[in-house]
Amino acid sequence: MGARPEPFRSPNKGTDMALYEHLLIARQDISAQQVDALATHLKTIVEGEGGKVEKQEYWGLRGLAYRIKKNRKGHYVLLNINAPSKAVVELERQLKINEDVLRYITVGVDQFEVSSNKNRRDDRPEGERKAEGAEEEMAK
Amino acid sequence: MSYGGERSGGREGRDGGGRDGGRGEGGGQRRPFFRRKKTCPFSGANAPKIDYKDVKLLQRFISERGKIVPSRITAVSNKKQRLLANAIKRARYMALLPYVLK
Repeated sequence: MGARPEPFRSPNKGTDMALYEHLLIARQDISAQQVDALATHLKTIVEGEGGKVEKQEYWGLRGLAYRIKKNRKGHYVLLNINAPSKAVVELERQLKINEDVLRYITVGVDQFEVSSNKNRRDDRPEGERKAEGAEEEMAK
Repeated sequence: MSYGGERSGGREGRDGGGRDGGRGEGGGQRRPFFRRKKTCPFSGANAPKIDYKDVKLLQRFISERGKIVPSRITAVSNKKQRLLANAIKRARYMALLPYVLK
């Protein structure tokens, strides 16, 4: 059918580095500055272990789909990390301790996607609108 | 000839070509339950990539209750359905999608 995609070659071939996408949710009560400080703190952790944060994306204060520790909203931060696995272990250890962080997820990827931050923000209001519409219908 | 072509719906792709015109007429009448073969929305050129962060995309594959829609309804291929299920579960964990919707 279509043209076969070219075989992917990782730039990290032969090194102990790998690419990770890291997404975390911070507590709703902290300010955007504090989130930023947290992100830079995490960056220093990763760099301390010989890794690199390729991209840092702040999605803003988004509504959560359900409550987590009585939070209805949360600050979402996405980090694209190129680092050895021990950096991720250390990163996750620190996040477990940190009470400002509600959830985090680290996913190993072959390639970082080229995403637009704008896109992410757009899909939130629409989702909320849909949810509200559904509630109204139920009320009738 | 055209009749035979119609009955074996699965072969359609293979014998294609010249008889298309004949088949188009009244095909619906003779086979009222004929269903167009749906294709996997994640296969083929410029198909969307399954990603747990893409809420808008994933929302199309969950029911009103928040359940994952079976692939027999959405026509997602087996391989992609597994990836999709994984992505939805990740999105749920990160509170991007709900576990239950009431």
